Amino acid sequence: MYEHLETAPNRDNLKRVVVDPVSRVEGHGKVSLLLDENNKVQQARLHIVEFRGFERFIQGRPYWELPVLVQRLCGICPVSHHLAAAKAIDQLVGVDPENLPVSADKLRRLLHFGQVLQSHALHFFHLSSPDLLFGFESDIGKRNIIAVLADYPDIGVQGVKMRKYGQEVIRMVSGKRVHGTGAIAGGMNKALSKEERDYLLADIDQIIQWAVDSVALIKKVHCANLPYYDDFATIRSNYLGLVKPDGALELYHGGIRAKNAAGGTITDHFDYCRYNDLIHEEVRSWTYMKFPYLLSLGKEEGWYRVGPLARVNNCDYINTPLAEAARMEFKAHSPEAMVHSTLAFHWARLIELLHCAESIKGLLHDADLLGGELVAHGEKRYEGIGVIEAPRGTLFHHYQVDENDIVTKANLIVSTTSNNMGMNESVRQVAAEYLSGRELTEPLLNNLEVAIRAYDPCLSCATHAVGKMPLQLELIDAGGALIDKLVKHGNGDIERV
Amino acid sequence: MANKIRVATTSLAGCFGCHMSFLDLDERLVALAELVEFDRSPITDIEHASNCDIGLIEGGVCNSENVHTLREFRKNCKILVAVGACAINGGLPAMRNFIPLEECLNEAYLDGIGVENPQIPSDVELPLLLDKVRPIHEVVKIDYYLPGCPPSADVFWKFLTDLLEGREPELDYELVHYD
Ligand code: SF4
Repeated sequence: MYEHLETAPNRDNLKRVVVDPVSRVEGHGKVSLLLDENNKVQQARLHIVEFRGFERFIQGRPYWELPVLVQRLCGICPVSHHLAAAKAIDQLVGVDPENLPVSADKLRRLLHFGQVLQSHALHFFHLSSPDLLFGFESDIGKRNIIAVLADYPDIGVQGVKMRKYGQEVIRMVSGKRVHGTGAIAGGMNKALSKEERDYLLADIDQIIQWAVDSVALIKKVHCANLPYYDDFATIRSNYLGLVKPDGALELYHGGIRAKNAAGGTITDHFDYCRYNDLIHEEVRSWTYMKFPYLLSLGKEEGWYRVGPLARVNNCDYINTPLAEAARMEFKAHSPEAMVHSTLAFHWARLIELLHCAESIKGLLHDADLLGGELVAHGEKRYEGIGVIEAPRGTLFHHYQVDENDIVTKANLIVSTTSNNMGMNESVRQVAAEYLSGRELTEPLLNNLEVAIRAYDPCLSCATHAVGKMPLQLELIDAGGALIDKLVKHGNGDIERV
Repeated sequence: MANKIRVATTSLAGCFGCHMSFLDLDERLVALAELVEFDRSPITDIEHASNCDIGLIEGGVCNSENVHTLREFRKNCKILVAVGACAINGGLPAMRNFIPLEECLNEAYLDGIGVENPQIPSDVELPLLLDKVRPIHEVVKIDYYLPGCPPSADVFWKFLTDLLEGREPELDYELVHYD
């Protein structure tokens, strides 16, 4: 839709504008724009500027180290990496998902529901709620969780406590809130004790109630700002994610479903072990993040979005009652089969948060968590593929090992990578529709940030996420001379320097 | 509260887990907000650290941008703290130090599974990578080290409250982990 703005046909005489979060703590991404003499946007790109090299340096390590090594990709969704790696190494010891012991399967699911719950709460309350509660163009001094805690103490404290609860689920199952250990090849290393179970049960009804309130809050905010919330940064795309065999929403294990913008099925219940027949990744010179696409549709048409919006759009229903009711309302909001609004990511994210809370309650009442067989064994294999729905979308881990159990090849497609094209398109939509031809202003900056933030991007699946993009905007002429510079100060003032 | 302590935080080549652990202060964040003021940090929009009492650094140094940020922090923070394994000794990202950088790039962009249009990203917009991932004390002087991967929320709490109350920070034995 806005692909023509990826590369300007003629770069001569264009002004370069960089929206560079260099000073942002997690700032490993930036946006560059090329403008013509009328400030019309000719090119807009979101660059991911960090590179780590995991796929190479884990080669040479024994496979059983993988779940604890690769979770260090991301301190925000470490459990998702831990479990994707665990699912892959299950196969290396000859254990297919259906042969995982029931108790281990349920413990892993509990662990992952805790992960998704805490990550979604973090993104909504600690990161995005200031924009949504105070307005996209509110005073910068207001745009942080501390200000939310001061002005909306109920909402702020509930957000902090929901995230805490998710972290406590993780701690009970894996021993630590960040980078614990729980999954091992073929199963889990411990069951839940009765005390741990009772500790988690004590608060779950309160958490569910707060989750219901959060869905009501986001629905109110979304609907109070129409048609803006439906148009802003919105693009029509394909959607991809895992679903259960009966088409229900799934976060831990399932087949791949992809739908097109009109809601038509591209593929369904596709075996993720054959992901390389479904998607490939294109490299572009100007960013470290690759561009995955569906092979059947080709590079131009085959890009897709993942994450909460994709999952809630794609599934036939949600198997917990409160979240399912919320999903029906969500779908009814759109006249089309699919909800394309980029800001609706927030709404879908909170529906999933509610689903996680309900699912945790269900699991905690399940005696299988308290004991039983925890590890299965099988015949050694040389290749393993694990796929999971991480908070931000479908996450692929693929490993090969040699006869000494040493990793010889690794391929990781992290969730945010699958949203690369979507984020770039949203940035270009905002650039084309909201700021082309206008003078550089602070609202312009925050509009770009809000568009990117809706995706909850984990730039380099790690360093992004909590927080905003404090920005500095520089306008440089074709010869490299600085023409104009805007800086946001700590007190919220914007200065032209 | 008359004089709040100004605290800035940043993540260089880290996974953000140390910041997550800081947020694990949970309700104590509300109490902390009474005592400290956050300067540049993931939880604020402030762009440059200025005139800070304490700077908390997560992650080692892996590219030119990290070096720049770290120097800016040293200049603007009275007390600079290396938080977590990555900042202290490079941590897990430093596993790439045993492999030529070119091989790491080749694996991701040329020889990977399902890679189309193979090429090494090389745009002027991308900061230069360092050949090795470095601990931050190799670049600037560090005043305190908080070990752990990540250090627990209790470590942050003990460290900050000690400083706020004018004590020399000291971590009890059970708070020190090298995981
Ligand atoms: S020390 Fe551990 S938790 Fe902290 S940034 Fe490094 S890998 Fe992440």
